[in-house]
Amino acid sequence: MKNSLKAWLYLLPALLFLGVFLIYPLVDVLIYSFEEGYNSTSGTYFGVGFYNYSYVLHDPFFLKALRNTVLLVLITVPLSTGLALLISLGLSSIKALRKFFQTVYFLPYVTNTLAVGLVFMILFKKTPYSDGLMNLLLRLFGMGPVDFIDGPYWAKMFVLCFYTVWVVMPFKILILTSALASVKDDYYKAARIDATPRFRVFTRITLPMISPMLFYLIITGFIGAFKAYSDAVALFGVNLNAAEMNTIVGYVYDMLYGDSGGYPSYAAAAALILFVIVLTVTTINLTVSRKHVFYD
Amino acid sequence: MKVTLENLTKRYPNLNRRIKTEVIAVNDLTFEIPSGKLVGLLGPSGCGKSTTLNLISGLETPTAGRILFDEDDVTGLPPEKRGVGLVFQNYALYPHLTVRQNILFPLENLKGAEKLTRAEMLQKADEAAKLVQIDALMDRRPSELSGGQQQRVAIARALVKRPRILLLDEPLSNLDARLRLQTREEIRRIQRETGVTTVFVTHDQEEAMSISDEIVVMKEGVIQQIGRPQDVYDAPKNLFVAKFLGTPPINVFSARIEKETLFIGEEAVLPAPGLPGGTVTAGIRPEGFLPDPEGKFTLSLSRVEVMGRDTSVVAEHAASLSGAVRAIISSESRPDPESRTVRFSLKPGKVLLFQNDEAADRLVPPGQKEEDR
Repeated sequence: MKNSLKAWLYLLPALLFLGVFLIYPLVDVLIYSFEEGYNSTSGTYFGVGFYNYSYVLHDPFFLKALRNTVLLVLITVPLSTGLALLISLGLSSIKALRKFFQTVYFLPYVTNTLAVGLVFMILFKKTPYSDGLMNLLLRLFGMGPVDFIDGPYWAKMFVLCFYTVWVVMPFKILILTSALASVKDDYYKAARIDATPRFRVFTRITLPMISPMLFYLIITGFIGAFKAYSDAVALFGVNLNAAEMNTIVGYVYDMLYGDSGGYPSYAAAAALILFVIVLTVTTINLTVSRKHVFYD
Repeated sequence: MKVTLENLTKRYPNLNRRIKTEVIAVNDLTFEIPSGKLVGLLGPSGCGKSTTLNLISGLETPTAGRILFDEDDVTGLPPEKRGVGLVFQNYALYPHLTVRQNILFPLENLKGAEKLTRAEMLQKADEAAKLVQIDALMDRRPSELSGGQQQRVAIARALVKRPRILLLDEPLSNLDARLRLQTREEIRRIQRETGVTTVFVTHDQEEAMSISDEIVVMKEGVIQQIGRPQDVYDAPKNLFVAKFLGTPPINVFSARIEKETLFIGEEAVLPAPGLPGGTVTAGIRPEGFLPDPEGKFTLSLSRVEVMGRDTSVVAEHAASLSGAVRAIISSESRPDPESRTVRFSLKPGKVLLFQNDEAADRLVPPGQKEEDR
């Protein structure tokens, strides 16, 4: 009893901190999401119920944001993880200049998101004066100029995905190269002695050995992509609804502070919907992984 | 299958690139591994024994020289074409696969005419598992096995595709003492049962002596001696080999020969007919001492140790080059532990004479070579 009191005392600072800055806001969000007609100035509300959820789920802006987010997740997570794996495999099979390329691939990670977004915008934007670098390249292949920033939906989605993949890859490459390096050489030697075909070495030895890291990247990749917001802002500016490029987090932000702002209840409901989606996806991931991920 | 190594040399560039010299891991190695024999490559770390093994397996390519499997020159062949089985020091079992899947792995790689049906594969895997007596553990993961069991799985995996030669890299060094003893008997048994030509690498002379048909003692990339373990022990070619083989190690003294007699200190301990006078190094095996009140070799007694059936006498001598002198004697003739000195007579066959240079050939009195044994 005395001991456990001491233990609780030691835990107290951390618990206080978590309680005030994590648990309390979480509970508060939950409460907001059920308070109908909440007014943030007066702090009053009409009743309690599911109206906020119903509103959000019927709001075309939210549905658009949901669609964008899901598309972004489905495209960028497999693509960025796959590409990162390919690049890491390449990096670990070269000797010369490996350090150099590792640094090059890591650079985007230490670069400011908004700055990168601006660069992307300049690369892809079509203005009355210039078609932008991307369109110059497209013309080489005989394709007409496309306005990637203010043009058709698919073009904008393409840029957003391209940008997201580019931004998230460095971290994945970093993790995967170190995971690949940690696979003991003896396994490969044993496989060589046994005349194992290259592809089989990859699927039966390399992949299982790095599966915990790969799985970690997929889970965090899903969560990260579901939370996308700043990327879209960097490319398309703050009025994402007008650009048709809003994301769920963007919708939450708009409900709180945007032009249509001042609706914390709607924001809370949208945030909780996002939470449920992420939770579901992560649970599915965990279930699937139990069969395919090998922990030493 | 017989393996012949001809003038095999392996040089590495120095790791420190500023030093232009090369490291010679294996230097002009020539020897033959007889078919169906168990051969131990023995030497201190860095002597090139593992490199030799890797050259035979094909994981490394020689700088010069040839490797023949029977009459086929395999020097240029990659490891997968050589038909070797290799057991790694840390076993290198695939941790995510079960024992059965591990043993099946090499079989599943077979292609073309060698390709097996699933049933054949399973049968072969079962046979291999039975041979090494792990057939009850087929569905476990390597992490659920003891070190000795993992070792057996590794041997089964190496043997399952019937390699022409089995290579073992320090097979026992990851096991504890008791298991080591057991496993080395196991390796001997498996080798006898399959009759596969086997080469194993070890730095432990006892291990090599106990199970090898032949041992190859190496030092700094050069073969020092090849022979049956007992022959090498009894008639080491030079002081290095003499010191390397035997536990406790041989006792080394600075000595001299005068008038065909061996002197250690001022005592004339043994006749040395036919040998020229001069300073020599004398090595006396621990079992070469006979307690004898009339003995000619006097040492100052430090202590008497009784360990199980062995009694060893630890003593000091001014001429000793190997620190405390250790003699193993029968327990009946144990000297009084209280006495200050102890006298021995020496068994002539256990006293080996060398030139003062460690690498120089042993001094053999003319006509005495056979009597040494």
